[in-house]
Amino acid sequence: MKHTIAVIVENKPGVLTRISGLFSRRGFNIESLSVGATDNPAYSRMTISVEGDDVVLEQVVKQLSKLINVIRVSRLDPEESVERELAIIKVSANKDTRSEIMQIVSVFRARIIDVSPRSLIIEVTGDEKKVDALQQMLRQFGIKEMARTGKVSMVRGSKVVQAGP
Amino acid sequence: MMVRMTGAEAIIECLRREGVEVIFGLPGGVLLPLYDALYSSELRHILVRHEQAAAHAADGYARATGRVGVCLATSGPGATNLVTGIATAYMDSVPIVAMTGQVNTGLIGKDAFQEADITGITMPITKHNYLIKSSRDIPRVFREAFYIARTGRPGPVLIDLPRDITVDELEFDYPEINLPGYNPSTKVHQLQIRRAAEVLMAAERPVIYAGGGVRYADAHEELFQLATRLNAPVTTTLMGMGCFPTDHPLSLGMLGMHGTKYANLAVQEADVLLAVGARFDDRVTGKIASFAPKARIIHIDVDAAEIGKNVRVDIPIVGDAKIALTELLKHVQQRPWTEWNEKILMWKKEYPLRYTRDENVIKPQFVIEKICELCPDAIIVTEVGQNQMWAAQFFKHKHPRKFITSGGLGTMGYGFPAAIGAKVGRPECEVIDIAGDGSFQMNIQELATAVVNDIPVKIAILNNGVLGMVRQWQTLFFGRRYSHTTLGDVPDFVKVAEAYGALGLRATKPSEVEDVLKEGLASDRPTVMDFIVHRDEKVSPMVPAGASLSEILELDS
Repeated sequence: MKHTIAVIVENKPGVLTRISGLFSRRGFNIESLSVGATDNPAYSRMTISVEGDDVVLEQVVKQLSKLINVIRVSRLDPEESVERELAIIKVSANKDTRSEIMQIVSVFRARIIDVSPRSLIIEVTGDEKKVDALQQMLRQFGIKEMARTGKVSMVRGSKVVQAGP
Repeated sequence: MMVRMTGAEAIIECLRREGVEVIFGLPGGVLLPLYDALYSSELRHILVRHEQAAAHAADGYARATGRVGVCLATSGPGATNLVTGIATAYMDSVPIVAMTGQVNTGLIGKDAFQEADITGITMPITKHNYLIKSSRDIPRVFREAFYIARTGRPGPVLIDLPRDITVDELEFDYPEINLPGYNPSTKVHQLQIRRAAEVLMAAERPVIYAGGGVRYADAHEELFQLATRLNAPVTTTLMGMGCFPTDHPLSLGMLGMHGTKYANLAVQEADVLLAVGARFDDRVTGKIASFAPKARIIHIDVDAAEIGKNVRVDIPIVGDAKIALTELLKHVQQRPWTEWNEKILMWKKEYPLRYTRDENVIKPQFVIEKICELCPDAIIVTEVGQNQMWAAQFFKHKHPRKFITSGGLGTMGYGFPAAIGAKVGRPECEVIDIAGDGSFQMNIQELATAVVNDIPVKIAILNNGVLGMVRQWQTLFFGRRYSHTTLGDVPDFVKVAEAYGALGLRATKPSEVEDVLKEGLASDRPTVMDFIVHRDEKVSPMVPAGASLSEILELDS
């Protein structure tokens, strides 16, 4: 089973290593991990997607909480959260296929951000399933290159995951 | 008022403020400025012969005194030589601060001479570690490091010190601790305490399983009160030895792979198991699926991550063992002596720890019984293997902090340097390292440290000429194919002791054991006592690896 956790960490060197090292040492599987700044420059926020049962998830949360540089660990219930991932995909295209690709892009509410005689770069934002689906549709034209960010996630409503109380 | 000083002077000042009285270390190139500052300070420094021994000595000092042990090694190989010692301390939750030299900040990452990424290397074996990049950070980092090492679940903290930051000057200011991500729990959950008390009061066959957490929290008196009030039998782990007197009627001794048969039977029959400061290690539980199958489990631990890690727990209590037991005592009343207690007394009578005595060959268990008889209040330090198990089984442990052994990592070579550390910390106590000939040879060079610094530890070698524990497994599970476990009867340990300027004694017959011990214990010098024991003596009883505790075997000599 897949779980999503949000981790607020001190913005210090080596913190990412401490976290990834903990995962490999304890045998936890990371599906995806994304890191970025928060509004407070002292802290970064990670969104980690973990594969495992509830016992594994509980250990992940407790072991992460033990790291001195980890300020807060929160499990995000998928039913109660919004999640987004961004991908940019370079697809082979020529005058015969370009318009068909553009139609698909339009259906997915994705965008074309670069055009050349032999390729297109498409930007798509959405939950993991949507990005997977677009990827699947574009495969027939030939995906030359792809970069996905891994997901970021946030609890709906006024509840927050932040460093302070 | 702020005082201007060099980084090296600031480090000395931090150590002074943290109450450090001794450092175990060995200098090197990048440490020259720090060692120069040390030269004119009041701090005692004990020069070891190998950095691994510095880490073990700091660890032994910490275990014996309850204070933070400190070691110091140079960059590169000096730092990597500390690794085994740091890992040993990490597995057994021992508070040490390890300082390492590092190349100049500008050279880091350039594969400079004697450069090793020691913070990267020790990340998984430290509670936390630091690479100081500016001399201004020295006071804050040292204050945090000592605080982290000794609070919550204790553990090793490493501080890496590039050469230039020890030379650069700073305005010394010792800032308050500000660690937003570190809040060791002190309070316990009252509702869980009351639930635990109810379950314990209603138990028919309670067992208390106490570990090293009782010792670190100084909770042995509370444990004793709780056990006697509930009339609940107590088994301890290797790390918990001494937290409950083994000669008490409620004592079950040690449980697990080489625990007593009655401790293991009691755990398997228990209807309530109260675990205090223990972590359900595989050497304790045997086959986890059939561990304590009838018991509701109450688990008290200062580290929340230990609860539910290995076994399912019915009542979790996160908190310091002393606080939790004190709270628990408020909710439990005196319970009578029951049939359960009688049954355990019967098991104790039926399945005592035993060995076959011999008139001609020294039995290792006999040596330990004699040590216990002649020196019952000694601090016993052990190496790892058969010597360690016999010391756990046949010495009558009565005092916390007086049994010092590498439990989690099982580090051969630990005992002798740890004994040096313990003796430095508790000079008024007799400190005896119960050793095997294999383990002792792993840090035998520290005889020089003991002799030069006049640290009169006593080493009792149970010399069987083999790697005995591995050989025992070869005998039992590998058809007596003794692949590379025979060490031979070299060296002559008496001559080695004498070469270093220590006292060397030997016993080859049972009749000589007592005289050698008496002479060795009376000596005021570091002393090696070489007891030639039988190579086929086994540690018994034994739960084979992966078997249930119920499948415990009694082995013949």
